[in-house]
Amino acid sequence: MKAKVTGKVISQSCIAPGIYDLRIETALASEAHAGQFVGVFTKDSSALLPRPISICGVSDDKRSIRLVYRVAGKGTDEFSRLEEGDEASILGVLGNGYDIEKLAGISGSDSSKVLLLGGGIGIPPMLELAKELHAAGVKVISVMGYRDDRTFLLDEFTSVSETYVATEDGSLGTKGNVLDAVRENRIEFDAVCACGPLPMLRAIKEFAGEKPAFISLEERMACGVGACLGCVVKTKEVDHHSHVNNARICTDGPVFEASEVEI
Amino acid sequence: MMKTEVTIAGVTFKNPVMEGSGTFGSGMEYSEFVDLNKLGAVVTKGVANVPWPGNPTPRVCEVYGGMLNAIGLQNPGIEVFCERDLPFLSKYDTRVIVNVCGRSVEDYVEVAERLSDEDRVDMLEINVSCPNVKEGAIAFGTDRNCLENITKEIKAHTKKPVIMKLTPNVTNIAEMAMAAESGGADAISLINTITGMKIDIERRRFALANKTGGMSGPAIKPIAVRMVYQASHAVKIPVIGMGGIATGEDAIEFMMAGATAVSVGMMNFVNPYATVECVKGIEDYMTRHGIEDINEIIGCV
Repeated sequence: MKAKVTGKVISQSCIAPGIYDLRIETALASEAHAGQFVGVFTKDSSALLPRPISICGVSDDKRSIRLVYRVAGKGTDEFSRLEEGDEASILGVLGNGYDIEKLAGISGSDSSKVLLLGGGIGIPPMLELAKELHAAGVKVISVMGYRDDRTFLLDEFTSVSETYVATEDGSLGTKGNVLDAVRENRIEFDAVCACGPLPMLRAIKEFAGEKPAFISLEERMACGVGACLGCVVKTKEVDHHSHVNNARICTDGPVFEASEVEI
Repeated sequence: MMKTEVTIAGVTFKNPVMEGSGTFGSGMEYSEFVDLNKLGAVVTKGVANVPWPGNPTPRVCEVYGGMLNAIGLQNPGIEVFCERDLPFLSKYDTRVIVNVCGRSVEDYVEVAERLSDEDRVDMLEINVSCPNVKEGAIAFGTDRNCLENITKEIKAHTKKPVIMKLTPNVTNIAEMAMAAESGGADAISLINTITGMKIDIERRRFALANKTGGMSGPAIKPIAVRMVYQASHAVKIPVIGMGGIATGEDAIEFMMAGATAVSVGMMNFVNPYATVECVKGIEDYMTRHGIEDINEIIGCV
């Protein structure tokens, strides 16, 4: 059940330049999963629309969610100043999320090997996915791409997955992007899940070839619940809602099988 | 006993609160948040004779106190609408107003005729005011003669009461209201969005793929109140007012300006409970001011 609720900030810290780690106690946590997102509202009545932010984590007791986001404008700048005890207005839980059961069974008989690729601010949702897949007995390989050695969340990936790094400037791990690191380390996999900038997702779609690839898309959104048709992506088949090859990223996604969308 | 019922073209609404076409789908998405039975009516997203794909993305962006949209009337077409959305709406005790869009007079007429025999449809709202499609829509709503003629054509092909939805992108709203009335419209609704533009100065690009978009939200409310006032004083047919309505107080303001009913639009995105809170806000206002019948305040200023 979706709802707009008031959550209570448990903690917030800056974990890399411009990247913040915010934990909010909210009833929405009980239904939150990897790949889903919430809309966070500002207190500024001139900036009205909810800011879509992916779920980076759900606490073990299912009472709080963790959002790791980049300050990109006046809304996220306001969020970065939230402190313990502050209230935060949130709409959620939004989007379809990753199908853990499907990913766990993707190799047929053996345990599945799932490759997770995250680029920049596409990294946070991959962490919750790594944890959920790991808990489901899936062999997880994470390859995370950063601009330079000022990484974030990396140590948390290592506890639930075989982890590799790519940096644009070569200061850590493979010099280049996440696919360069996959090739350099000759990583084999049954399925790939990815979140990051569009050029990266396009390259991954091509790279995956016949193997199942699930990508998490973003787009400018308004309602977040599938009513306004603001955030659409072209689909190969006729979409079930509007019957015009335009699926709604906020509700039909944000996770799509790469072969189903034209990006 | 407090009376919140209002009547438009012989159709009685349990209260004057509806939502703005395009902000609420066919009610399905927001039925997770609000009890549709509590609304005066559900006004559907614009529906055409065939599916429309809409515009390229980005289709929406935020602006100070509101937003711009250039969705381009993406819709599944009348057949899917009748098979899927009307049965859904049949489960609720609320009025159903179907918003109709088209590229030509024939397109509008085809949809209007198709809906004539659908019992679940209480009224049609004709979108002659969308600023985001190249053909049809706003072209009909910005020319006095075109507006009068298309109203006449649609009226000649449907038994359902017809609301003409007007655009604010004209020099004289009273004249357009009169054109709709003389064409035989049973009611008018206004305002649709105001054409706007936003430029992303960091990327040196338009914020919307369509370059221009329709502005909505609280920032446009004073313009909408003024236009509802001017239009309602120019015609005898009822007016449905909209433009930035967020609360019961906003609804009361539009009704005092001359609106018989009101629609909550963009503010559904900000507060998914806005419609029902609006109903409650109107009732609270009536209690506070000892008003027995909401009709007393219509056009009272």
